[in-house]
Amino acid sequence: MIDAHLVVERPRFRLDVRLRAEPGEVVALLGPNGAGKTTALRVLAGLTAPSGGHVTIDGVPMGARPPERRPIGMVFQDYLLFPHMSALENVAFGPRCHGSGRAEARRAAAAWLERVGLAEHRDARPGNLSGGQAQRVALARALAVRPRLLLLDEPLAALDAHTRMEVRARLRHHLEGFTGACVLVTHDPLDAMVLADRLVVIEHGVLVQEGTPAEVARHPRTGYVARLVGLNLYRGDAEGHEVRVEPSAASGTAPGKGLVLSVSEDLKGPAFVAFPPSAVALYRARPDGTPRNLWPAVIEGVERHGDRVRVHLGGPVAAAADITPAAVAELGLSPGQEVWAAVKATETHAYPAGSA
Amino acid sequence: MRASTTAPPGPRRAGRPGPPSGPRGVPLVLLVPALAGLAFLVLPLAGLLVRAPWSTLAVRLTEPGVLEALRLSLVTSSVATVLCLLFGVPLAWMLARVPFRGRGFVRALVTVPLVLPPVVGGVALLLVLGRRGLVGQWLDSAFGLTLPFTTAAVVLAEAFVAMPFLIISVEGAIRATDLRFEEAAATLGASRWTVFRRVTLPLVAPGVAAGAVLCWARALGEFGATITFAGNFPGRTQTMPLAVYLALETDPEAAIVLSLVLLAVSVAVLACLRDRWVSAG
Repeated sequence: MIDAHLVVERPRFRLDVRLRAEPGEVVALLGPNGAGKTTALRVLAGLTAPSGGHVTIDGVPMGARPPERRPIGMVFQDYLLFPHMSALENVAFGPRCHGSGRAEARRAAAAWLERVGLAEHRDARPGNLSGGQAQRVALARALAVRPRLLLLDEPLAALDAHTRMEVRARLRHHLEGFTGACVLVTHDPLDAMVLADRLVVIEHGVLVQEGTPAEVARHPRTGYVARLVGLNLYRGDAEGHEVRVEPSAASGTAPGKGLVLSVSEDLKGPAFVAFPPSAVALYRARPDGTPRNLWPAVIEGVERHGDRVRVHLGGPVAAAADITPAAVAELGLSPGQEVWAAVKATETHAYPAGSA
Repeated sequence: MRASTTAPPGPRRAGRPGPPSGPRGVPLVLLVPALAGLAFLVLPLAGLLVRAPWSTLAVRLTEPGVLEALRLSLVTSSVATVLCLLFGVPLAWMLARVPFRGRGFVRALVTVPLVLPPVVGGVALLLVLGRRGLVGQWLDSAFGLTLPFTTAAVVLAEAFVAMPFLIISVEGAIRATDLRFEEAAATLGASRWTVFRRVTLPLVAPGVAAGAVLCWARALGEFGATITFAGNFPGRTQTMPLAVYLALETDPEAAIVLSLVLLAVSVAVLACLRDRWVSAG
């Protein structure tokens, strides 16, 4: 089991995150670039000296132990396979360092390559492996030292989209068979959702949300998480079936003149309201007699989004709306134009904004 | 010369707009000094080739004095290079990888022999390792060991002058390798020594080889520090450069032959390094 309090102070950055992971659990550290994810991973590995806090693995405090004396395995973003060694030698390197004899280490390495399906590439140099193969060798190399804590730094970021899908599925399979704790860093929500049992979202060096992928996807608590899972998210004050949403700072709307959204939940106090962009309908003129939430908005941008068109709206609150290309043509939408945005109360989702 | 009607096939193409290429586009202000500089570097070597006593070359080369000096030069510069590798590679690693106070100062100290006149290096070695020197005195009384004017002194003088070449080359190579390979090795349980032996050293092997060749070539050509610290005793401390200098006064033809041998060695060194520097363009 991993119990860690990761504190790193830099001149213009502070990381302060508490992290726990059970044996067999995969925890994804998710966050935007510069949030401190990789720094957190490096502190766990002992590669970066923390300014405070602690790292405990299976009840043993790591203190200032160097990486080579921690029960860890790490897969780096660009794998860092030793270019002067074959795939087999790369995987055998760890067991050798942990005291296995040459023949024994090679046997163990061959078995690991077999498990990741690369037995026939054992003599290949890293330069001759594809990205997906290199990733599997890196995983085998990290697992071959039988770590209690497996660290994966953006394990799929270096792969092209097609390979990524296949490697992601394989990686999931291997992580399921791993009995230690696993912490993986990613900025890709899909990787996190597929691979992790629990998400830990970090922004600006602090934990902003934690939970199972389903919880996080359903109840985003920051704009970053909402964008990751593709939802419009507002924070406001709930009173019964109404939530008063404060205007976004960029809109220039006076505070208190925000939007009141009708929701299906009955809540009181600070609350979040979330709804998908596909729930937003746009009108040129104010529609009559509609029971929906309705507000005037300004179009800030229009972009292609899959087979739909995503319209970015300004106004009292920022929002994204997904509509069909036909609707764009029909409405003659263009940036700067004023429209009416509408969302049905039944398509919103409201939840208390208490502590995470 | 007549212009041929059929243009030869090749990279030359007429009618292409763009910056002028070839001698026609180069301003004279640059072309003249460039050619003069080239001539200045090449002519002396050509002179050496022209004045060489080619007919008697084979005989001259096998004269005992020549062979003796050549053997001594090859042995001492090789031993000096091994010494430089043994001490210089760890020092280069320290400079590149271990942050310690005064690292910049140490790096500057290491490069001093590079700019120091070799004669001054010889005098300094004499003052420290001479029979009355700071360390030499003690070596003499404790072990009965006197270094100056021995073959060992030749090796020391050469190593002193040549080691900075190795250190600079290796340190640069280590700095250029991705530190994260060493981090990856550490996460796999490798101690710093194992990391150095199995990851760092293999990764910088080309840099070490280049540094060693450069170091060896510099040791082979060493003159000032050697003659000051080791003297000029045939068979014991008289290396090729010393023999060349001495022969010039008594037997100029011998000097030319010896110089040709050194030139040949230099060209060979250049050939070894060509992939690294000469073909940089």
